[in-house]
Amino acid sequence: MNLNLLWFVLVAVLYAGFFLLEGFDFGVGMLMPFLGKNDLERRAILSTIGPHWDANEVWLITAGGATFAAFPRWYAALFSGFYPVLLLLLLALIARGAAIEFRSRLPGPRWRGAWDGAIAIGSLVAAGTLGAVFGDLLRGTPIDAAGMYRGDWLSPFNLYSLICAAAAVSLFLLHGANFLGLKLEGELGQRARAAASRLWFAAMMLVIGFLAFTFLQTDVAGRLGVRSLLLPLGMILGILMIGYCLRRKRDGWAFLFGGATVVFYAAAFFLALFPRVMVSSLQTDFSLTIYSAASSDYTLRVMTIVALLFVPVVVLYQAWSYWVFRKRIGTDREEESY
Amino acid sequence: MDVATLSRLQFAITTIYHFFFVPLTVGLVWYVVILEAAYAFGKGEVYKRLAQFWGRLLVINFAVGVVTGIVLEFQFGMNWSPFAAYVGDVFGVPLAIEALLTFFLESTFLGIWIFGWKRLSRGMHAAAIGLVAVGSTLSVFWILTANAFMQHPVGYVIRSGRAELVDILALATNPRALLFFWHTISAGFVTASFFVLGISAWHLARGTDGEAFRISFRLSAMVGILATVMVVIAGDAQSKYVRQVQPMAAAASEGLMNTADPAPFSVVAGFDSSGKKVVWSLDIPAGLSLLYFMQPAGTVEGINQLQAQYTATYGPGDYSPMVALDYWMFRIMVGVGFLMVALTAYALYLGYPKTTARWPRWLQWTPLGILLPYLANTTGWILTENGRQPWIVHGLFKTENAVSPNLVPGMVVASLVLFVSFYTVLLGVDVFLLARSAKMGLPASETETEPGSKSLPKSARKPGDGGKA
Repeated sequence: MNLNLLWFVLVAVLYAGFFLLEGFDFGVGMLMPFLGKNDLERRAILSTIGPHWDANEVWLITAGGATFAAFPRWYAALFSGFYPVLLLLLLALIARGAAIEFRSRLPGPRWRGAWDGAIAIGSLVAAGTLGAVFGDLLRGTPIDAAGMYRGDWLSPFNLYSLICAAAAVSLFLLHGANFLGLKLEGELGQRARAAASRLWFAAMMLVIGFLAFTFLQTDVAGRLGVRSLLLPLGMILGILMIGYCLRRKRDGWAFLFGGATVVFYAAAFFLALFPRVMVSSLQTDFSLTIYSAASSDYTLRVMTIVALLFVPVVVLYQAWSYWVFRKRIGTDREEESY
Repeated sequence: MDVATLSRLQFAITTIYHFFFVPLTVGLVWYVVILEAAYAFGKGEVYKRLAQFWGRLLVINFAVGVVTGIVLEFQFGMNWSPFAAYVGDVFGVPLAIEALLTFFLESTFLGIWIFGWKRLSRGMHAAAIGLVAVGSTLSVFWILTANAFMQHPVGYVIRSGRAELVDILALATNPRALLFFWHTISAGFVTASFFVLGISAWHLARGTDGEAFRISFRLSAMVGILATVMVVIAGDAQSKYVRQVQPMAAAASEGLMNTADPAPFSVVAGFDSSGKKVVWSLDIPAGLSLLYFMQPAGTVEGINQLQAQYTATYGPGDYSPMVALDYWMFRIMVGVGFLMVALTAYALYLGYPKTTARWPRWLQWTPLGILLPYLANTTGWILTENGRQPWIVHGLFKTENAVSPNLVPGMVVASLVLFVSFYTVLLGVDVFLLARSAKMGLPASETETEPGSKSLPKSARKPGDGGKA
């Protein structure tokens, strides 16, 4: 396995890990004002992600850093090209992160209501912008021969990116509802599971729409041929399995299939992209690939050693943190709530 | 304004703002480690309450540091894509290592620490905050390694039109980075010490939880005097090194227009309207040579001669930064630095049981000192980054060539306005919450309450009566 391929896979793993973990954080954030009827319930809902959301977000920061170090020209084109979209993403992450930490520090209902709004809207915008960026990346952006973005600032906003955003939001909502169904006890947990069942159909429809549009708008079918069908089939199968588990009241399995679907969503994206990292809509051979965008062999070797040493350690202690806080959360416990 | 100026302004504002929070986090987390370790080793309940009290302030501060930090990583690509493509092979490495090694560590274990008071043993819980401290300290190292490469590039070659890493060890042991790290970590301890000192004094003056706050007062006076002296020594070492590798930045910070031996030290100077030329200056003869070489002789290069030299090497252009800005930032930073040495020495004296009671008036004023490190941190930061101009990577790449080609001024104005408004709200709320939390005093001593978990038995606690046992 060559190092360029390895790093492409590693970047994919980092984004997949981010979607898997922060995906349910976003879902929880969006659902919180609707599922929690009073302050006690909202705090219980937030407490399910309380010890974890910040570390989950680090997956995105690490994915960005890994892209920068391993594929500098990818990082340069991606981040400058999506300037307005990433600006929205950053503002959403700022508002949401600050709101999670601030909301419970003062008792007033208006104070808390305002921050709850920021959490929900921030989660929604963050999930949507990420979905939009990933969709647009696959379809292609105006990249010139030097690998620099040449579009105007409005080009990332279009119908296709809107559909991608909606599909991502619905997927994360479902994932978050499954997570809450697993983590909350009593009536609140019931409500979360009921919400998951209701969200399921909408998510299925939006994802099918997104997949159909993707086949029309991108070159995935032409490039991968009949194999390309595996990608949508995998996603639809995942969502079907979530629905089945929800009906059979297996919330643990529903969450696992939700996670698998989200991971598959990321994996399918990178499979369809490979070996390109930025698809040029101007001219095919302007596209950046895992070779033309990559760092030197020395840098990739250094980074490989660092990653092989530390990624397993990070996964282990983060998994341990989930183990420490494995108990379901109710509204009657003060001990671990925000 | 053009895109380059706007982007510089945006990067400066978002960085300075981020750096309001980082030094306090980096220093304060070690205070919590010391206090909680004392508790874990059986030094009594009051140490736990102190750890919880300072930990709560740490968590409020940490949150804003995190959300503003991610903006910086994104901006390298968003606003400075040619720079990112040019140096990514080198510069991306410490950034990626920082995220993987340190951000995961600090955020995971801070989450465990906040919510884990009842889930972990005393020792494990103290170890969790210890790992947060290690993580945030190492993150300072890696980000400064990246920054130092922009100041003094090492461990690279120029190949196929970009900088490529050839020696990771050279990069990680860049003397510029090590001196930077020493200076910045010390500054973090200074920031936290004045913070702890000020808040402890506020409570001591009111007589709330006197026994506990005397502990943190004396601890911060001791750490504070060490840290302020360390900052001065590290700063001195750093300025000597900058004179060798970035003589233009050194000359600008001293307002030295012409090469001189011995070189005078300028105490006060006036500049022309461009801010690039010294019009008059009050000098101490041979003062600068004395500072750089420990003797009243030695050549220090001046801006005019360096300008001629750089023009010969790099072609026509203006190679000096805004001199007046660096000159004054440097003087404010150094002045505040020495003032802080004096103040911590005085606090050390005040910390003795007999003297504390006699100087309530001084205790009242101590909280104002909390602002001093912020002034020094910010001016120091502006000094460093402005001193590097017109380069984005010293000697390799100019800032004016580093701006993303697809940006239009309107877009950057919009993002600048949005960042500034978000940050203003965030800063206001953060200061308000820190002040409120600081005034509440120690959490109640019953072991059942769980103040570290941010839940603050809020319903039971009104502002004012909070936390007094």
